[in-house]
Amino acid sequence: MPRPRVYRTEAIVLRGSNYGEADRILTLLTLKQGKLRAIAKGVRRAASHQGGHLELFNHVETLLAVGRELDVITQSEVRHPFRSLREQLDRTSHAYYLAELVDRLVEERAPAPEVFALALAGLQALDRGDEPRLVLCQFQLRLLAASGFGPELFQCVGCRAELRPEVNFFSPASGGMLCPACAPAEPLAYRLSLGAFKLLRHLRRTDLSEGARVRVGEAVSREGSHAARDYVECVLERKLRAPEFIARVEGG
Amino acid sequence: MQPLVEPVARLIEELAKLPGIGPKTAQRLAFFLLRAPAESAHELARAIVRVKEAVTYCSQCLNITDRDPCAVCSSSSRDASIVCVVEEPLDLLALERTGVYRGLYHVLHGALSPMDGIGPDELRIQELLRRLQGGEVREVILATNPNVEGEATAMYLERLVKPLGVSVSRLARGLPVGADLEWADELTLARALEGRRAL
Repeated sequence: MPRPRVYRTEAIVLRGSNYGEADRILTLLTLKQGKLRAIAKGVRRAASHQGGHLELFNHVETLLAVGRELDVITQSEVRHPFRSLREQLDRTSHAYYLAELVDRLVEERAPAPEVFALALAGLQALDRGDEPRLVLCQFQLRLLAASGFGPELFQCVGCRAELRPEVNFFSPASGGMLCPACAPAEPLAYRLSLGAFKLLRHLRRTDLSEGARVRVGEAVSREGSHAARDYVECVLERKLRAPEFIARVEGG
Repeated sequence: MQPLVEPVARLIEELAKLPGIGPKTAQRLAFFLLRAPAESAHELARAIVRVKEAVTYCSQCLNITDRDPCAVCSSSSRDASIVCVVEEPLDLLALERTGVYRGLYHVLHGALSPMDGIGPDELRIQELLRRLQGGEVREVILATNPNVEGEATAMYLERLVKPLGVSVSRLARGLPVGADLEWADELTLARALEGRRAL
C-alpha cells in the first residue's frame, strides 16, 4: 500500500531553528510517528497563519505533508498553549529541560505514545504551577522507565537484596541503588539521604498528575533532582544544557 | 577530466561557505562574476573588505556602526532617558523604519536559548546593566521577539533591571495588521483581548 501523502497527528513542539528567509525547522514529538523534524514555511512573518500555533512547547493538532527530506507542516491548530508556562521564567526554563530530555532520549520516527503522554502531562504540570524541580525529577524517572533505562530503586544492584529504609548509595554507572554493604566496591557511588531515596521511589511510582504534590524540603528535592540528572547524563553519556541554564536563571 | 582552473575553483569554494549557498549556486555565482565587467567584481570585493575594516560595534548600544558612538547614540535629538532593548541589529532597523521611536537602543546580539547553548553570558547583558547604572535612563522597553526565546530573555532582563529603579515595559502583543481573527492562535487572541484599547 502506498504511504499516504498527508497525515494528521497531535504533536508537541520540542525545538525549533530558523531556516531561510522566514521558515523554521521544528522538532516535533508526534503521537503517531514519534519524534520527527518538519519544516514550517513562512511562520516567522508577522501575518503568518501558523506562527503562533507552532510556538515552542505548544500542544498542537497538525497536518503534515510527506516531503522528500523533511515533512512539511501544512496546517496546525493549538490545543494547549500553556500560557503560564511561558510567562514565568522558572517554568519556561524547566520546560526547556523537559524538551531537551525528550529530544535526546527519543529515537526519530519511532512511535512512542507513552512518551507523548508523559511529555504532555509534564508540560501540564509545569503550566499548572507544580514545583518545577519535582516535576522534572519525576519526568526524568518516568521517561527513563518508559525508554527501558529506568534506575533500579528497589533492590541493591550489587547483591539484589531488597533495599531497607536507611541511608543507601546511588551509582548511576551501575544502574541504580547500592546497599551500604555493596557500596564500598563502587568508588563512584555516593550517599543518598533517606528523604531523597524515598522521594525518588515515590516519584517513580506515581503519575505526573499527582507526584509533584508531595511536600519535601528544599535540600531533599535538590538532592533527588541531582541524582536523577546524574543518572540521565550517565545514560546519555553527555551533559545536558538546560540544567546549567536553570542554575543561572535561579541564581540571577 | 579537466579540472577547473585554480582561481575559479577557489572562488567557488569561498562562495560555498556563505549561508544558504550550495555548490551549484556557488558555481553559478562564480561564473556570473567571471563574465561580469571587471569594475563590478572590484566593487563587490571592495565592499566586502570595507565591511570588515570600517564596521565596528557602537560602544554604547552595541549596534553595528562605522563610527563610535553610532549616529543614534550621538544624536542630540534622541531621548536618552529611554532605552529599547532588541535582539539583533535588524530588529533595530525595523523599529527605526516606524519613525515613531525617539529614544536610544541596546542590541543584545541574540536571545536566551538553552538548547543552543546560549545563556546570559552569551548576550550583551552586562553592558546594558552598566549603562543603566548611570541613572540617566528612566525606562527600558523590552523589544525582544514575542516567541519563547524572546519572552524568556525579557523575563530574565526584567528581573535584573527592575531592582535598579528603572521602569520596564514590553512591546504589546496581539494581532498583526492584515491578519484574520479566524486563524489566530488562542494565546495571541487572549493577549489581544487583554490589551484592547478604548476608542
